[in-house]
Amino acid sequence: MLQMTNIQKIYRTELVETHALREMSLTVTEGEFVAVTGPSGSGKTTFLNIAGLLESFEHGTFMLDGEDVSHLSDDDRSVYRNQKIGFIFQSFNLIPDLDLFENVDVPLRYRRLGATERKQRIENALETVGLASRMRHLPAQLSGGQQQRVAIARALAGEPRMLLADEPTGNLDSSMAGQVMELLEDIHANGTTIVMVTHDPDLAHKADRNIHLIDGRVSELSMVHAKEEILQAALA
Amino acid sequence: MFAYNVKLAIKSIRRNPMITALMVAAIAVGIGISMTTLSVYYMMNGNPIPQKSDELFAVTLDSWGALRPFDVDRPERAPHQLTFQDAERLVDLAAGRRQTAMCESSLIIEPANAEEMPFEATARVTSGDFFAMFNVPFIYGDGWDKSTDANAEAMVVLTRQLNERLFGGEDSVGRWVTMNSTRFQVAGVIDTWEPTPRFYDPINGGFREINEMFIPFGLTRVLQLDSIGSDWGWKAEEITSFEQWLNSEASWIQYFVELDGDRDEYIAHLDAYVGEQKNLGRFERPMNNNIFNVMEWMDYHEVVANDSRVLLGLSFLFLVVCLLSTITLLLTKFVGKKSETSLRRALGASRKIIFRQQIVEVAVIGFAGGLIGLLLTSIGLQGIQYLYASPPGLVSLDWVIMSAAISVAIISSMIAGLYPAWRVCQVPPATQLKAQ
Repeated sequence: MLQMTNIQKIYRTELVETHALREMSLTVTEGEFVAVTGPSGSGKTTFLNIAGLLESFEHGTFMLDGEDVSHLSDDDRSVYRNQKIGFIFQSFNLIPDLDLFENVDVPLRYRRLGATERKQRIENALETVGLASRMRHLPAQLSGGQQQRVAIARALAGEPRMLLADEPTGNLDSSMAGQVMELLEDIHANGTTIVMVTHDPDLAHKADRNIHLIDGRVSELSMVHAKEEILQAALA
Repeated sequence: MFAYNVKLAIKSIRRNPMITALMVAAIAVGIGISMTTLSVYYMMNGNPIPQKSDELFAVTLDSWGALRPFDVDRPERAPHQLTFQDAERLVDLAAGRRQTAMCESSLIIEPANAEEMPFEATARVTSGDFFAMFNVPFIYGDGWDKSTDANAEAMVVLTRQLNERLFGGEDSVGRWVTMNSTRFQVAGVIDTWEPTPRFYDPINGGFREINEMFIPFGLTRVLQLDSIGSDWGWKAEEITSFEQWLNSEASWIQYFVELDGDRDEYIAHLDAYVGEQKNLGRFERPMNNNIFNVMEWMDYHEVVANDSRVLLGLSFLFLVVCLLSTITLLLTKFVGKKSETSLRRALGASRKIIFRQQIVEVAVIGFAGGLIGLLLTSIGLQGIQYLYASPPGLVSLDWVIMSAAISVAIISSMIAGLYPAWRVCQVPPATQLKAQ
């Protein structure tokens, strides 16, 4: 599903050069649930941004869903993001003056789907996260956990090949965090590939595999669950 | 997608009502001022009789003296008016399809009701062809024929307003009006007729109201009607009687001809007439006779002054200043949208899609500005009408100005929005997401 080889990302200012990722190589297979951990500044978010085609990189090769996406144009990257990737952000990133239906509708609008299909997808996605009855509510009328579930519905509505989650429970209390994680596990159980950045070791433990980053490099791979073949593929 | 973008634009406008209100106000003021000026310019520059403006011609004959031209600064110009004797003769020759000689005069009307005071009213003293030549609409009756002019019959055509005053608006055809102690029979009453500019007499004011009545040109001699318009002369002549005045070299009669043939042919006719007059010792200057169609005649008299053009340019410069303010406000507004833009980019919106979304938003703001600008234009035009005491309806909003106002507002706003929209498109999709 995702294969990064010797990816290097450097942030430059006039005074300083920061190596966010250093020759990073990583493979995520289809249907896998990977947690990326590491201390602050280790490159987790940079990795996720590159994986989500939100940022470019200096060196290396990036294969996504069997295609080389290292040198795509800005427009093509937008199309890939829209059609293959679902995003879940720590701070939900819902648009405050759009109701839930309209928020979930945002990525579907850019795919130019017909009104009927969009409506069906939005209703299904909100049904999946248990918020179908509130589709005309505004985000401010929901709790943090519910808002994150809307963000998950927005990601799911596009039927992505891969979900990228950046600290999806970072702004939630433990009870809500638990609900969101259950939802992600359900989605993973249905076959969706998930890459999740987290600080929380308990959450990371729920993934198939943990990747630990330090100073922009993969320092450690560890299997959480008994999927030896996945680890072997990753190590290879 | 357009409808979706309009919906987003309306939501975005509600999100920042103050900034939006300032932008709409800036555009509205710019549109209001520029469209008010444009309306006046358009009205002044418009074709007052588009159906026939190429068939109607003002006639000039160079009857001036040999010593100096009529206009020293523009020696190619002949006097703008004819002498009475030339005008009378050209009407008799009738070389055009229709022709009219005319001047302005005033008469004292003695109302039938003895208790009502006599009052003065302006009259256009003109040939009977005037009405057909200039498409004058009638509500009652008609004009008069050539024999009325020839026989100097006391007939009158009233305007709707004067008929209202004298006869309460009734059909007054055949009734009598006493003016300057002469009984005039009403031949007809014209409907509202406000050619703008007053093309048939720019010499005495292109933007004045039309005269209150029309009487036959043939009465000039019989009633010894004085002109209240301009007159010019070059010759030191002893004038002690009205007849001498009519036979003098003073130019005070305006002359129009309607042609259905070649204008050169008519000029040849004028040259032939002037040739005859030269043989009689008149027309001392070289042959310089000309005719001007309606729009040429407007240009000739500079009905639209250069000042108006400068003012129009300045008002559009003011619109540009308003748009520059709008650009600043748009930049402020769009900075506040970075997070949403970043999110939309992350969710799959390309730069083009974001750009279009912003442009539609600006167009919606421009549309709102255009509507309010139209209201300001309407107020501005009423102000002009009040300040300059111009006739009612002289300057008014028509569909051309209304469409121009909305189009200019939308297009200029979109142009103003190009840079801010481009700036917002440059927001990278990743930068704002973590920060929220």
